[in-house]
Amino acid sequence: MGPDLDFAVVMDHLPEMLMGCLGTMALALSGMSLALIIGVAGVMARGSSLPWLRRLVIAFIEITRNTPFLVQIFFLYFALPAAGLRLNPTVTSILALGLNGGAYAIEIIRGGVQSIHKGQIEAGLALGLHKAQVFRLIVLKPALRAIYPSLTGQFIMLTLTSSICTSVAAYELTSVAQRIESDTFRSFEVYFTVTLMYLAISWLLMTAFAAFSRQYFSYPTR
Amino acid sequence: MNIAFGLKEFLFLLTGLKWTIFLSLIAFTGGGAAGLLVAVARTAQNAALRRAMMLYIAVFQGTPLLMQLFVVYYGLGLIGIQLPAWAAVAIAFTLNASAFLGDIWRGAIEALPRGQTEAAIALGLPMLSRLRDIILPQALRIAQPATVGYAVQLIKGTSLAAIVGFIELARAGQIVSSQTFAPILIFGIVGAIYFALCWPLSLYSARLEAKFAAAR
Repeated sequence: MGPDLDFAVVMDHLPEMLMGCLGTMALALSGMSLALIIGVAGVMARGSSLPWLRRLVIAFIEITRNTPFLVQIFFLYFALPAAGLRLNPTVTSILALGLNGGAYAIEIIRGGVQSIHKGQIEAGLALGLHKAQVFRLIVLKPALRAIYPSLTGQFIMLTLTSSICTSVAAYELTSVAQRIESDTFRSFEVYFTVTLMYLAISWLLMTAFAAFSRQYFSYPTR
Repeated sequence: MNIAFGLKEFLFLLTGLKWTIFLSLIAFTGGGAAGLLVAVARTAQNAALRRAMMLYIAVFQGTPLLMQLFVVYYGLGLIGIQLPAWAAVAIAFTLNASAFLGDIWRGAIEALPRGQTEAAIALGLPMLSRLRDIILPQALRIAQPATVGYAVQLIKGTSLAAIVGFIELARAGQIVSSQTFAPILIFGIVGAIYFALCWPLSLYSARLEAKFAAAR
C-alpha cells in the first residue's frame, strides 16, 4: 500500500490557490518596483559627495545582505508601528521586499553604470548627440543590458522570498496554502501543489523577462 | 507576564544560535558532498543524466526554500519515515544546498579549458582520477568566492526552520520577543547575531574574488 494521498481535496481549493498566485505576483511586482527605485536612488546616494550618506548606504547594503529576510520582516513589522506607521501586513511586506531587493539592486546597478567608459560619453558628445541622447542611448541602455540578467535573476529570487511574508500574514500564495492546510489537514498535497505553482510563476517570469530582453536589447554589440 | 530581557533570555538565544550553526554545518557538509555529485553528473557525457540534473537544479532554484522545507517535512512523514524535526529540516536544507552548490561548481567545471580534460584522457587517466586529480581541484578553487558566498545564503536560509516550529535562532527570538514584549530590541539582537555570523564570510568571499580578479 502506497502513501495515503488525496489531491481531490486540494483541487476543491484550486480557485483560492490561483488567487493566491495573483497575490504573490502583485506582492513580488510591487516589491521589485520599490527595489528598483531604492536601487537607483541608492546608487546616486552611494556616489554622493557627502561621506555620511555614502557610509549610510554601505551600512544599509551590508546589514540587509547579511541578515535573514525573516528577521528583517519581523523587525519592520514591529518597528513601523512603534515609529507611528500603522500599515497592513501586505504593505509591510512590500516595504520589506523592496528594501531587501533594493540592497542587492544597488550593487548590481552600480556595476552596470561603472561598466560604461568615460570615452563612450565623450565620443557620443563629439558625434553631436544631445546630452539626453547620450544618456539614453550610450549610458542607460548598455548599462541596463549589462545588468539585465543579474537584475532579473535577483527579481525572481525576490518573488520566491515573498513566500516568507506569510509569517506576518500578508495575502500571498503561501499564506493561502497554510490556511487550506489547516482546513483540510492535507499538508503534503497542499504544499506539493503550491510548490508546482511557484515553479510555474518563476518560469513565467523568466520567459517574460527573456521576451522583454529580445524586444529591447537586441542590437549588435560589436 | 512581562519578563525583562536578561541573562536567561540571552542564553536562550544562544541555544538557538547553536542550532543555527549546527543546521548550517550539516547542510553545508551534506550539501557539499551531494553537490559534488550533482556538478559531476550535470557535466557528464551522458545527455539524459545532464538533463536530469538540470531539472533537479531548476526545481530547487525555481521554488521557495520555505516550500521545499514543507514538502520534505511532510513528505517524509507521508512515506512513513518518522524523523525528529531537526533531521527532517536538515535533509531539506541539504537537498537545497546540493542543487545550489552543484550549479556553482558546474559553472566552475565548464569554465576550465577543454584541453584539461582532453589532455587527461590522452594521458590515459581513468574518469575518477581525471575528476579527482585534474578537474575538481581546479574547479573548486575557481568557485571559492561563490561557495563562501553561498554559505551566507545558507546560514540566512536556516532561519526558515523557525516557520515549521524548530527552535533555532530566529524562532528563539520570536519566543523571547513574545515573553518580553520587546520585539524591536530582540529582533535587533537576533539580527546582530546573524550579522556577526554572516558578515565575516561575506568579506572573505569578496576578498577571494578580488584576489582571483587580480590574478587573472
